[in-house]
Amino acid sequence: MKYLKFLLVGIFFGIVLVKSEAVSWFRIYEMFRFQSFHMYGIIGTAIASGILFLQVSKRKHLKNTEGRQIDAPKKDKGFIRFIVGGTIFGFGWALIGACPGPMYILLGTGVYSMIIVIIAALIGTFLYGILKDKLPH
Amino acid sequence: MEIILNPWPWYVSGPLIAIVMALLLYFGKTFGMSSNLKTMCTALGADRFADFFRFDWKTQKWNLTIVLGSIIGGFIATQYLSNNVPTDLNPVTVTELQQMGFENSGATLVPDELFSLDALASVKILLLLIVGGLLVGFGTRYASGCTSGHAITGLSSLQKQSLIAVIGFFIGGLVMANIILPLIF
Repeated sequence: MKYLKFLLVGIFFGIVLVKSEAVSWFRIYEMFRFQSFHMYGIIGTAIASGILFLQVSKRKHLKNTEGRQIDAPKKDKGFIRFIVGGTIFGFGWALIGACPGPMYILLGTGVYSMIIVIIAALIGTFLYGILKDKLPH
Repeated sequence: MEIILNPWPWYVSGPLIAIVMALLLYFGKTFGMSSNLKTMCTALGADRFADFFRFDWKTQKWNLTIVLGSIIGGFIATQYLSNNVPTDLNPVTVTELQQMGFENSGATLVPDELFSLDALASVKILLLLIVGGLLVGFGTRYASGCTSGHAITGLSSLQKQSLIAVIGFFIGGLVMANIILPLIF
């Protein structure tokens, strides 16, 4: 039962991303062509709400269910990994029109070809794990 | 009911996505969808090949549960919460895509020309899906995060590294959509 809340959060996430059309390949294309405000509106209001939540949590010292202060995990240091890794992901995001969340969600909407994309993404992740020590970070 | 069945406006959707992040932080976890790819690699035995995959993947079962939930959510949203109103795309986008060979833009969530099972008969389409997946898997792990981890969680917590990553997302996305896609189609 301890996983039920995560299942429900996942269901909610899937519904929101379909209903907002954030899983639409066309919306992602439109975003990268600067032809619509829609995706910028979604990402912008998500970040604005997120900043508000985290600032309130910090000032009010809100605790999570494990009794620790609510805070986002700190990212590793570095520059190259973020700019280069980010750019590589960006190529894939605009080509497939889906980031990792929507890949799974679209599978649920009946886009079965996404299985090929997910398997390829697993192989991509595996290749990174193998090559990690040889790459600049 | 119409309000639910129609596509949801951006100013409703964005805050709802922030609620997903807030709930996960409240549960003592974090919002990061690409981490699941690493977890699945380890669960499938990748720990035998690289140190990167040596961790107890069972500690990430909560995140795999989110993946399962999001698949179910996608099913529920399309089966029970939609009225199949086409996506209200910019007419310029629709015309442009038509010239590239994409018909009925916005009628479905993804173009049939890329994602229908018939399209898989084309070696070119199959290769594009594979290359796209490889780029997403490799890039997100290299950058240690995707849209949920960097663009939403990282920027909400005002972290510089996430801003660098998101700038990277856009460099890649802009080059792909504006330069490479027109060359491919």
